[in-house]
Amino acid sequence: MAEREQIRKPAPANREQSVEEAPPASERGSDIKAQLDDLLDEIDEVLETNAEDFVKSYIQKGGE
Amino acid sequence: MAVPKTLGLETEYGIVHRGAPEPNPISASSLLINAYLIATHQAPEPGRAAVGWDFTDETPGNDARGGAPAGSLAPEIETHLVNAVLTNGARYYVDHAHPELSTPECADARSVVVYDRAAELIAARSMEAAQMLLPPGEEIVVYKNNSDGKGNSYGCHENYLVSRAVPFSRIVTHATAHFVTRQIFCGAGKMGSETSGMRLDEAGYQISQRADFIEEEVGLETTLKRPIVNTRDEPHADAAKYRRLHVIVGDANMSQVATFLKVGTTALVMAMTEDDAVPREIRFTTPVAALRQVSRDLSLREPLELVDGSTITALGAQWELLAAARAYVETRGADLVGGDVAHQVLDRWEAVLGGLERDPTSLAAQIDWVAKLRLLEGFRSRHGLDWEDARLRALDIQYHDLRPAKSLAARAGLETVVDEAEAERAMTEPPPDTRAFFRGRCLQRFAAEVVAANWDSIVFDVGEGSLRRVSMTEPTRGTVAHVGTMFDECGSAIDLLRRLGAAGA
Repeated sequence: MAEREQIRKPAPANREQSVEEAPPASERGSDIKAQLDDLLDEIDEVLETNAEDFVKSYIQKGGE
Repeated sequence: MAVPKTLGLETEYGIVHRGAPEPNPISASSLLINAYLIATHQAPEPGRAAVGWDFTDETPGNDARGGAPAGSLAPEIETHLVNAVLTNGARYYVDHAHPELSTPECADARSVVVYDRAAELIAARSMEAAQMLLPPGEEIVVYKNNSDGKGNSYGCHENYLVSRAVPFSRIVTHATAHFVTRQIFCGAGKMGSETSGMRLDEAGYQISQRADFIEEEVGLETTLKRPIVNTRDEPHADAAKYRRLHVIVGDANMSQVATFLKVGTTALVMAMTEDDAVPREIRFTTPVAALRQVSRDLSLREPLELVDGSTITALGAQWELLAAARAYVETRGADLVGGDVAHQVLDRWEAVLGGLERDPTSLAAQIDWVAKLRLLEGFRSRHGLDWEDARLRALDIQYHDLRPAKSLAARAGLETVVDEAEAERAMTEPPPDTRAFFRGRCLQRFAAEVVAANWDSIVFDVGEGSLRRVSMTEPTRGTVAHVGTMFDECGSAIDLLRRLGAAGA
């Protein structure tokens, strides 16, 4: 069972950063913003193109 | 005295059949599951019946309070739809108008995360397999959420083995305190409100997918008048020793950390309840209203009224339960609640409550409602949208899309609790440490002789004229430690049955 222990920490990049000296707050802030920007670029690419129709047609029967 | 916490999830997935002239969610669900069974060679050979689900022991109408109150509606069992048992010990079937996957029985919260992630991978594989069978222009898509945003909900149910000896009223008290407040870390987040008479803030965002659909404090129903504490009394185990707490109040989570905490903290609260080790009863004046209030309070600071006239915040209640759980594990040990995993749960629980208290946005990599809100706010500000914009609703739904190429949760930088390789193995391998091991191995090795299976028995036909039922009423037996060597040594189902008979198992 020994290999079942570890809860993984965030991406290695983040871990290295916290071991080294913490960058100034403004730098950290711009890092986070850059990450979010990349993420939003991806969302722009994959988000359903006709959002209105997609949302309207997402109808489920009640379950359980 | 607490019993070992055997755990599991049953997840109903949202399903959309795109491009179909007359989409039907029941036939789409059947096609999805059958496509998976064929693609993974778990479908029956021609001329043989499938390994079916054995319904003889199902009694979902039994009420834990003893004698159902007048006017309550017992759930019906549908027996005619696709209903498969997988080699990992899970059940994959059509329930109402949804594909549903029940994980095998797990021995700790981490194992639940492994099998919940395996279920997502099975759903993704099913979609790929269905694509091969569908006409061009059609696609079946599966979503792991709990609401269509239009007043229809489907569930992610949790199961906890508890001692029959514990008074049910005590379970109701402590489970309610936990379920009303645990949303702050296991809510999956939702745009909009699906209940009348309750305001949302300007953003129109709430913490839980499910809170709008909870209308009663305690009850047997799961499809209407849904309760905070469900009283279905169907242990799927020795009924003289065990109850199975069937929890219907929770959200399905995309975040592994959230699933880990949802199940891990609830297992601890149940063990404490059995051992009467919760220092005080946190009783809300109006639990249903409190549940909905917590879901709508993104500040996490609103006071909730208690029957003793005092108030508590959701965070305050969770800190109190955490302190009780720490003390419980210190005095009694963690053997019954997952061993080392229970210590990991306690540490995570504390870290997450601390994060929620200081700055919820710091948990965007761990907590679904925070992660989704970050995407919504970022997307809205980038495109200068109103909160009513359909693109934000689309983003909400697509967060839960289980297609790797489309899932937004998969892109949100969520931390993982388990290795992907381990979850991939768990698509076909049963957990080693519950009776699911026995079920899974039987299907891996002797599927041709297995006529039917369910949670607590397996029926064999070995050609001796009569069917042989192997009963498994003890969820912690039938593990690799108990029967692993037996499987290694048996070349046939007849051998296995003979050995089991000799061992008196």
